[in-house]
Parts: sequence; structure tokens; C-alpha cells
Amino acid sequence: MQLIFDKSKPERTGFKIPKKDVPATAKLPDNLKRKSEINLPEVSELDVIRHFSILANIHFCVDTHFYPLGSCTMKYNPKFMEKAAKFPGFEDIHPLLPQLSGGGILTQGCLEILYHMEKLLNEITGMDAFTMQPLAGAHGELTGAMIIAAYHRDKKHKKKYILVPDSSHGTNPASATIAGYEVIVVPSDKNGVMDIDEYRKHLTSDVAGVMLTCPNTLGIFNPHIKEICEMGHKVGALLYYDGANLNAVMGKLRPGDIGFDIVHLNLHKTFATPHGGGGPGAGPVGVKKHLSEFMPISKVIRRTDGTFCLDYNYPKSIGYIAPFYGNFGVIVKAYAYILMLGKSGLIDASEKAVLNANYVRTKLKNSYKLPYDRRCMHECVFSAERQKEKGVSALDIAKYLISKGYHPPTVYFPLIVKEALMIEPTETESKETLDSFIEVMKEAADLAEKKPEVFADMPDNTPVQRPDEVKAARDLNLKWNG
Amino acid sequence: MEVKKDLLYTKEHEWIRIEGNTGTIGITNYAVETLGDITFVEFLQEGEKVAQFQRIGTIESVKAASDIYTPLSGKIISCNPKVVESPEIINSSPYNEGWLVTIELENADQEIKNLMSPEDYENYIKSL
Amino acid sequence: MNYTPHTPEEVKQMLSEIGVSSISELFEDIPVSMRPASFDIPEGKSELEVIRHLQELASKNSGDLLTFIGAGFYSHYIPAAVDAISSLPEFYTAYTPYQPEASQGWLQAIYEYQTAICHLTDMDVSNASLYDGGTALYEACMTAVRINGRKRILVDAGVNIIYWTMLKCYTSNLSLDMVKIPVKNMRADRQNIYKQLDERTSAIILQNPNFFGCIDDFSDIVEYAHKKGVIVILSVYPISLGVLKTPGEMGVDIAVGEGQSLGIPLSFGGPYLGFMTSKKEFVRKMPGRIIGRTLDKHGRDSYVMTLQAREQHIRREKATSNICSNEALCALRAVIYLSLLGKKGLRELALINLDKAAFTKECLEKIPGVLKVGQPPFFNEFTVLLSHNADEVVHKMISKGYIPGLPLGRFYRGMDNYLLVAITEQRTKEEIVKFAESLEAVLCN
Repeated sequence: MQLIFDKSKPERTGFKIPKKDVPATAKLPDNLKRKSEINLPEVSELDVIRHFSILANIHFCVDTHFYPLGSCTMKYNPKFMEKAAKFPGFEDIHPLLPQLSGGGILTQGCLEILYHMEKLLNEITGMDAFTMQPLAGAHGELTGAMIIAAYHRDKKHKKKYILVPDSSHGTNPASATIAGYEVIVVPSDKNGVMDIDEYRKHLTSDVAGVMLTCPNTLGIFNPHIKEICEMGHKVGALLYYDGANLNAVMGKLRPGDIGFDIVHLNLHKTFATPHGGGGPGAGPVGVKKHLSEFMPISKVIRRTDGTFCLDYNYPKSIGYIAPFYGNFGVIVKAYAYILMLGKSGLIDASEKAVLNANYVRTKLKNSYKLPYDRRCMHECVFSAERQKEKGVSALDIAKYLISKGYHPPTVYFPLIVKEALMIEPTETESKETLDSFIEVMKEAADLAEKKPEVFADMPDNTPVQRPDEVKAARDLNLKWNG
Repeated sequence: MEVKKDLLYTKEHEWIRIEGNTGTIGITNYAVETLGDITFVEFLQEGEKVAQFQRIGTIESVKAASDIYTPLSGKIISCNPKVVESPEIINSSPYNEGWLVTIELENADQEIKNLMSPEDYENYIKSL
Repeated sequence: MNYTPHTPEEVKQMLSEIGVSSISELFEDIPVSMRPASFDIPEGKSELEVIRHLQELASKNSGDLLTFIGAGFYSHYIPAAVDAISSLPEFYTAYTPYQPEASQGWLQAIYEYQTAICHLTDMDVSNASLYDGGTALYEACMTAVRINGRKRILVDAGVNIIYWTMLKCYTSNLSLDMVKIPVKNMRADRQNIYKQLDERTSAIILQNPNFFGCIDDFSDIVEYAHKKGVIVILSVYPISLGVLKTPGEMGVDIAVGEGQSLGIPLSFGGPYLGFMTSKKEFVRKMPGRIIGRTLDKHGRDSYVMTLQAREQHIRREKATSNICSNEALCALRAVIYLSLLGKKGLRELALINLDKAAFTKECLEKIPGVLKVGQPPFFNEFTVLLSHNADEVVHKMISKGYIPGLPLGRFYRGMDNYLLVAITEQRTKEEIVKFAESLEAVLCN
């Protein structure tokens, strides 16, 4: 497909700049001027609209396709959230306004949302304080890791390590490293959860923290989770809950109740804000009381007269994680979602998410190897090992699904499962959608047995087929050069 | 999988061929199979001194990026320019044209005991 | 209101297939002792009620003040076409394009974004975007450290103070030495900089236009820095590149910045857009996603995420960064914006910003009570020295319907009477004249 640059024609314009209405003409010294050409396309507005509209059509999205990407919670993004975020009273507010004298009173609506959001998330997770600043889940993990570091530094503890299970998402060890810690990986046991004996062995007094998600990335609930928290606390470690899988447990479990000190949430997962092709997201972080003094500033507080304002008076704060208060445009949507669903809606979401995942698990367990043959929570992990013996890998199955109009599940994650296929249907999918998906998955398993050769040519109905990723990495072509 | 008999091996799947006071280093077939099509290689500078098992470079494929560690201490004499230019040579010929680095050995006699013989390496990869 | 479509009959069927008698059985693994101590969330509402509530909240914010504030975040006009495309559900309800055959739309759009940003900055490579200009600056720092292994970072005090605060936060657990170099007359102090540029230094961070609005040509610093093996990082304001010397032209190694001015609303602090570009030789040290062009099985042009081996999902603790998501939708807005404006439009827009700022300076200079305007040359932002405390002036101007600028006393000692004022194409001549009149009225009372 042509690039927008290929469509460029000299003298075409897509936008008219208002005419200069001031008498002044700025004089720029020659050495400060741009001499190079500005190699941007010259296209009409219709060119732009048509070009990107066509691009939009060669693309799978939740609105058009079942999208069971494990670990991503691709639930339906309700449209009222978009409407709510677009009010000019939200979109056009300059973030510095509440920091100006006399400006706070003109941003009460925004501050109120941040304030109430904190209270709602506290209640959903059982924590005492939340910061809305982190701009994505991984950013939240980093914030959490930095709070851990600030806490230990303040208490003058000598800590070196953070423990993560081998099934963890890659952002966990990556975030811990940036916070200055060394990562120790704890293996899982035969039931797919972190091995408690291995954990005990690694839990020395120089462990700063333990990063866990529950249910874990296999969709399995660790029955020892409370004990894990207690053991960690005994050596002076802090327990961090990666909230990526919160969609499984809303109303059924709160990390704050079972011993976690820090939590991050993914608003773009559990709280249905759109994934936007890879962002923007938001990863608010919650803490228990003993850690709240280390939270990023500013914090929104409510004065005795009921008005809201920003408070910076936290001398032990880690500082600014984000330039302002977080991705407000995303936070508004999540706030609207929580209000819309309410208590029973949130509980229902988790219940149906777990119902859907178990239904898929039950119906496919005879066609694909289930490495952990037991009840799952909101996602289930299969292995395409059996199919691989016939030469059909998890990736091949994924490509087949694409040709049948399904976005594939997550493949090759978690790393501890060979040929992993991680399926998270989410609660917004109907039984008939699941049934069709199950049919196609069974078909794929069947074909792998009888006609494995067909997979090499999959997907056979997309604009491109099996792009050469080796060539992409060897002969780097990262921009159009005209 | 063929395990060459005239080489010594490391747990990280590097091999070293010792000729006099020079060592030629590469990665094994096992490593190459695990990595897949290699897309990029980079090394430390020629002339740099390295200790046993210190990192001497990185190999990237589409699915992984692995550090390469030197089996023995010494000074880097040369880094194979051909593999920098065409990393696929490592895939096709990991023991010959796909050699990575040569080093001037410093303490080979003391350090050799930390390496694996061809038999040991063969057993090792069988256990993985 | 909830969004689960299951009928009671379907639920019964599914439970029976699974082999349990109720949904609560599916949660048996969670013992009673671990159930929530409370779950006091208000009951759900209808769409009508939620929208009304949010409308009420939105109306408690004043979006109709005339804005003369920037400080890195600017009120530019956003063409309707930007919203139209970025509201297409195919773009906004999709995920990261991990499966290329199912995501060519997004992949190509980001490739075009990377191209546009490179052409804007005259740099060789761009990644697929980072969270915002501040985290981009931090990532640039870490990239420099990865490149030369040194531990000392120089930061010119002309860099956005908010970003300096973020850098201090991010690097607090790393053994890096962050050194701030004070400005002289609000500009980069060469003498001091040259003294500090040494072989221990990994990188120097500069900004153009700087936080005080002043523009500069840092080619001399770049040359000197390179002699010492120091990486030069420049944070830039994209609209200004319509007329200003680019980071590429200056020979800078890594150019980053905040892309909010490229078609992204101010939105009370986010989402924003961090862009990051570098010279060709540093591409493998850059964090974040990168889209590459390749051929598919049948020789057709196609786009894929590439160099993923550096990223967290493969490299884990050895990753170049922990970053997972980017700001794809914001990057899309930016490439649409840049495509609409095009080669000529961006230049014209920059010139009009420049001219309006010059006009504003003239108007303000006439006011008794305005002691000094700017440290020329500047782009569309400058400092104004007032005869009064700037905080108080701001308070009064807000009640007259203006956000007149950012008082600098909060961030810089001894600058209590300084205001940082920004002007964009959105301000008409009449608005500027009236603004000056209001300011005069406030200062002379």
C-alpha cells in the first residue's frame, strides 16, 4: 500500500493557516534558521482522510473481531466513555491551571475526578492511597519499584534483590532493574504457581520486594498467596501486586486485604479504556498507609470547605513520575466506566470473564494440551506441543486464526509453557462468539493432524502474508527516504 | 547434534579453539538453533582485555538477544568483520566462517578446567 | 449497566459444560478468609446519568480562558480531520500490532509517523513513541549511558524544569551523577558548559527553544562535546522546527521532545506524546517499539515490529527499557496533523507563531509596569519582568478571563516578578491587544 508520502503532490495543502493579522514580522538571525527542506507530504485533506481510512480497514480491532489476547484484557470499549472524555471542559484544560494562583477554582471538575478515582480504586483494591500519575502499566511497575526503594532507603535497610516468578510479564524484571535492584527469578511448581519452597529459599533479608500477579499469567490462583505475603514481610520485604489480571477477581479478592503493600492497575485492561493500537494507557499505583509518604506528588486533597486542591507537601515523595497528574484523558474514561458498571457490574465483569475462560478451557482441552489441567480464572494457557510434533507451531495456529477472521491469542507467553497459546476471552464476548472460536480452534487442531502442510500458507486472505522479520532486522528500513 | 571434538565449551554455548597462544571463539550449533536467524552482532573493541566469562559482545536474532562471554581471559585480537556484515554466516557455519572473536590467551592453563570437554558439553545439551 | 451479553439460559448451559453448578464454584480457589473486607462501590448507573454527571464535572472547569501559557504544553488549533481519523474504532480499539498480518493499518501508520518525525527533526531514526517528553528525555539519558558507559549527565538549566524534576526522580536509584548547569541571562552558558564537558560525562542535555523561550544554535557545543566523546541530547518543540535550525542540522546525537503540539489536546496533563530520534548508529540502543519495512512471502511491502530483541518481553531484566505500551493513538494524531499541514503549512504556522509573539512583545513593552520582555531571539514564548509579584498578577488576570502565563517564582529563586508568556496562532490581534490592555489595568492599580 502506498505511503502518505507517496501520495504527495507539490503545492497540495491539507490545512489552511489563518492569515497573519499582526503588523509585526519577527526577524530571525540567519544562523538560527532551518535550512533543510521540511520533507512532509503535500496532500489534500481528502487524501489524508482516504489514506488513513483505508489503513483502518486492513486491520483487526475489538469492534470488528474477537480479540482473545491473553494478558491484555481486550474487552469491549463502551462508546459513552469516548463521549465523556471529549467534553471541552476536560480536553481543553491546560495542566498548569490548578498550579496558578486563582486557577484551582477553575479546575474543580478535573480535580474532583482525580480525587474520587483515588477513593474508588482504594475501595476496589483494599489500599489506602492511589496516585494516578503513572502513564502505563509498566510505568506503574516502575513507580512501585521506586516506592519500594524509597521506603528501604528511608528506613536505612540494605536491600539488593527483587523476586519475581518465572511466569512473570517481562516488564516486572525490567522495571525492578531500573529501580536499581537485581532480579531473582523463582521457579513455578508443577501446579503452575510460584513454588513456595523455592520462594522460601530465596527469601533472604536482602530482598527488598516481591512482584507478583494473582491470578498469575497462567490464569491460576495461588492458594498460598497470603502466606507468600506474610513470609515476605517477615524478612522486611514489600509485596507488590501486578494488577494486570485484576479482571479475574473484582469483588472476590482485594490485594490490600491479603497482605500486598503496593498495587498497580491497568486502566486500559480492567477498566475498559481503549488500547489505542498500543497506547495511551494508564497505570495508577496504590499503596498501604505506611508507604503513602513516598508516593509521587502532587496529590489531590479536599479542603474543609469541600473544594479540591493540589498538595505538594510530602518531603519524602519520590517526586514527579509524570509531568502532571497522569493521563487524565484516560482516567476520565475509566472513572466513567466504574460509575456505569457500579458494584454489581464490576463483580459481574469478573464473574463472566472467569466463566468465559473456563468454558473455552473445557471445550478445547481435548484438542490442545493443557499444561495445567485444572480450573483457570480469566485466562487459560494451552500448549500447541502436540501440534508441533506434526510441524504446526503456536504461531502457525495463530496465522490460521487470522485467516478465519479471529485475532489470535497471545503466543509464546508465558515463557514457561512451550508453544504457549494464552486465551483471555473477556466478559464482553457472547457464548456464540466463543462457540465459533472454539470451532475454528478445533478445526485447526484437526488440520494439524491431517493436513499440516496447509499452515505454511496461512493467513491466505490478508493484505500481506508472513512478512520476513529476519530481513526487517537485518536490512533495517525504519523510515521512507523518498 | 554434532559436537566438534577439537573444541572446548561453556555453559553459555560458546566454543573455543586453542592454537598455541591464540583462542578462536564462536557459538555452538545449539545456540544457533535456539536463537534462530541471526540479524545482528556486535563486539567489544579489538585490543580490549577481558577476563574469563566476561561479556565480549551481543548476538541478536528476531526472537532473542544474547550476550556472548569469553571462555578464557585474554586480549581481543580481532573480531570477524564478515559476520558483522552478514550475520547469517553464523547460522550457516558456526564453527568455521562464522567464528566471532580471536583472543591472545593470558591464563589458559589455569582456566581450562572451568570449561567443558566435548563429551561434557554433549551430555550438558542432552540434559537441557 | 454492564456489558456482559450472557442470558441466564446461556450461563446455565456453560456452567453445565464446565461441570460446575454455579458461578461461585468457579471462585472456590479463593478461600472465604481472603474475600474482600468491603466492596463499597456505588451501584451502577445508566448512560444518561453517567454522562450528565460528567457533563456537570466538565462544566466546573473553565476551558474558555484565553490562554497565554505554554511552558512546554501549547494551545495550538487541532484540525477536525485529526479527531475524525483517530476516532475510527479500527484504530482506537486495536492493540499493539504483534500479529503483522492482522495489523498492517497500524504498522504502516506508525512507520509513517517515524518517517514524519525524522523528517521534522532531520534525524536518522525514530522509535514508535514514548509516554511523554519527560520520559523520552530520561530514556535518552539511559541510551547515552548504554552507548558510552559513563555515569555523569549534564543538564542545562534551560531544560524544562518539570523534566528536570522527573529526571531526578527516575535516576535516584541509579548510580548516575546528574549535574545542572545554570544559565546565564536565560541562555546556555558556554563557558561553564565547556568547563563541565569532560571524559567522565556521558551526555549533555539541552533544549531549544529553552524553557525561557530563548532560541540558540548549539552546533558549537555539539562539536566540543563530540571531541570529548559526550553524547548530545536535545529536547525540541516540534512546531518551532518549521523555521528553526533542526537537531539534525546541529549534529545532535539524540533528539527528543513533547509531541503534544502536534494535534494532541492539552487534556489536563495527558495523554501526551514523547518522540525520540537518534543518529543511525544508535538505533539498537534506543528503547521502545520500532516499526520496520520488509517484504512478505510474496514480495509485497509489509510492516512489522522489529528489533524486538531489545524489548522487555524478550530481554526482560536486560531490556533497553521497561516500556511496553507507547502512545500509538497520539502518534497517529501527530502524523495526521503533520500530513495535513505538510511542508508549507508547518513553516507558515511556525512563522505566524513567531510574528504573533513579536507583536505581543511590542504591545507589552508599551506597558508601564512591564520592565523587560524576553531575551531575544525567541520563538513564541518569552519571559516578562513585571513591576509586581507575578503570582498576584496572574490571580487578577484569571478573574479577567486570561491565563496570562506561568509565574516563575515558584521554580526559580529571585524570579518572583517573572512571567513566562506563550502565544500561538490561536490568539488574534484583537485578543492580544485586549490582553495587553487588561495587563496594563492590573499592573497600574
